[in-house]
Amino acid sequence: MIRFEDVVKRFGDHVVLDGLNFTVAPGEFVTLIGPSGSGKTTILRLLMTLEQVSSGTIHVGDECLSHVRRGEKLVPADEKHQRQVRKRIGMVFQQFNLFPNMKVLQNLTEAPIRALGLSRAEAEERAHELLELVGLSDKVNAHPTQLSGGQQQRVAIARALAMRPDVLLLDEVTSALDPELVAGVLALLKDIANTTDITFLCVTHEMGFARDVSDRVMMFDNGHVLEDAPPDKLFSEPDHQRTRDFLSAVLERG
Amino acid sequence: MNDEFWQWDYFWEVFPTVVGDGLLITLQATVYGSIIAYVLGLVFALLRRSPIRVVSTVTWAIIEFIRSTPLLVQIFFLFFVFPDFGIRFDALTTGVIALGLHYATYAAEVYRAGIEAVPVGQWEAATALSLPRARTWRAVILPQAIPRVLPALGNYTISMLKETPLLLVIGVTDIAGAAFQQGSAAFRYVEPITIAGILFLVLSYSASLLVRWLERRVGTVH
Repeated sequence: MIRFEDVVKRFGDHVVLDGLNFTVAPGEFVTLIGPSGSGKTTILRLLMTLEQVSSGTIHVGDECLSHVRRGEKLVPADEKHQRQVRKRIGMVFQQFNLFPNMKVLQNLTEAPIRALGLSRAEAEERAHELLELVGLSDKVNAHPTQLSGGQQQRVAIARALAMRPDVLLLDEVTSALDPELVAGVLALLKDIANTTDITFLCVTHEMGFARDVSDRVMMFDNGHVLEDAPPDKLFSEPDHQRTRDFLSAVLERG
Repeated sequence: MNDEFWQWDYFWEVFPTVVGDGLLITLQATVYGSIIAYVLGLVFALLRRSPIRVVSTVTWAIIEFIRSTPLLVQIFFLFFVFPDFGIRFDALTTGVIALGLHYATYAAEVYRAGIEAVPVGQWEAATALSLPRARTWRAVILPQAIPRVLPALGNYTISMLKETPLLLVIGVTDIAGAAFQQGSAAFRYVEPITIAGILFLVLSYSASLLVRWLERRVGTVH
């Protein structure tokens, strides 16, 4: 579903991703862990085309996101091509990023109507179903600012799902939440992961959650995949001392 | 009696004329000028952000040029030079265009600040949802940017109000112009000029109360 080939990302002289290779199979739930600055979030941002690769290619499904073939050569993809490919990808942000000038309902219907071409009635029906799924049917006419952080993040999850994505990117989605609201959001995500065939790529510091829902966990360090294993293996008997140090540091803090 | 500094009889005699001749013109120039400034200013601000380099650079140059030259010169230019190119408006229309154009460059700066104050996460969410660019501007960015800048725009309208007397140079008689005319007709200036002063005070003070109310409503005070 997702394939990174020799992906390099530089910000100025700073190399964030250094020749990264990995694939994610359709329907897989893959969690990216590692110290901050190790490039995890950059991977999500590259997939969402919020950043562009310095070199290397990214494929989503059977389409190339980062490049288009022109004759024999691969050239960087233009905005139009990327817009087409990224319609298959949704993203949930750490800071929710709901549109504060719209009611909850319009937050959910805006993109399906404008980007997918759904009718208002179809989009609203979909929105009501999703609000029920995330347990916020009664907030349909609320403004985002009237909601708690946890509620805002549920709306953001529903908003991403309203685009019927094949891939959902989760960027530290509980990091900005009050501790007592984290569990509810994680339970919701687990439920969605278990009942849909969406492919998940998740950056999180919630190790319990990662262990619980992931098919595979990738440990990042300095722009490389240090270790790539099923959660039981990676959390119980990691191959690298670096992984062990990172895990014990995170668990101590948590 | 003519030697007296202040004559109430004369004051009340000329009051209706100054108000009647000038007030409407002042209000027209300010309101129409503001509408041009607000609309054109937004156009400038958007063109300034165009990804096409030529467009943004040319817009920048136009804005800087207009901002760096005196309004008075621009009024003369529009009134005396444009007719040579076959562009001919009556004096009030010319004045409104000059005021609007001049203040559009300030409004553009205000809009720019408002647009940049919208969190980058809003752009990213719009990208993640594949919202078309134009729709992102119309439905997400501008509805958040514009309310915040309304007080600043209102302050420029107040400045514009106080600059309408400049239009006298092309024969538009606003409040101040009407006062001058009245004064030179009777060779008594104190009363009509005082009337003009009072009218400007009333207009700009009530406008500033409106702006303060707006500031409270949108929740930002700069």
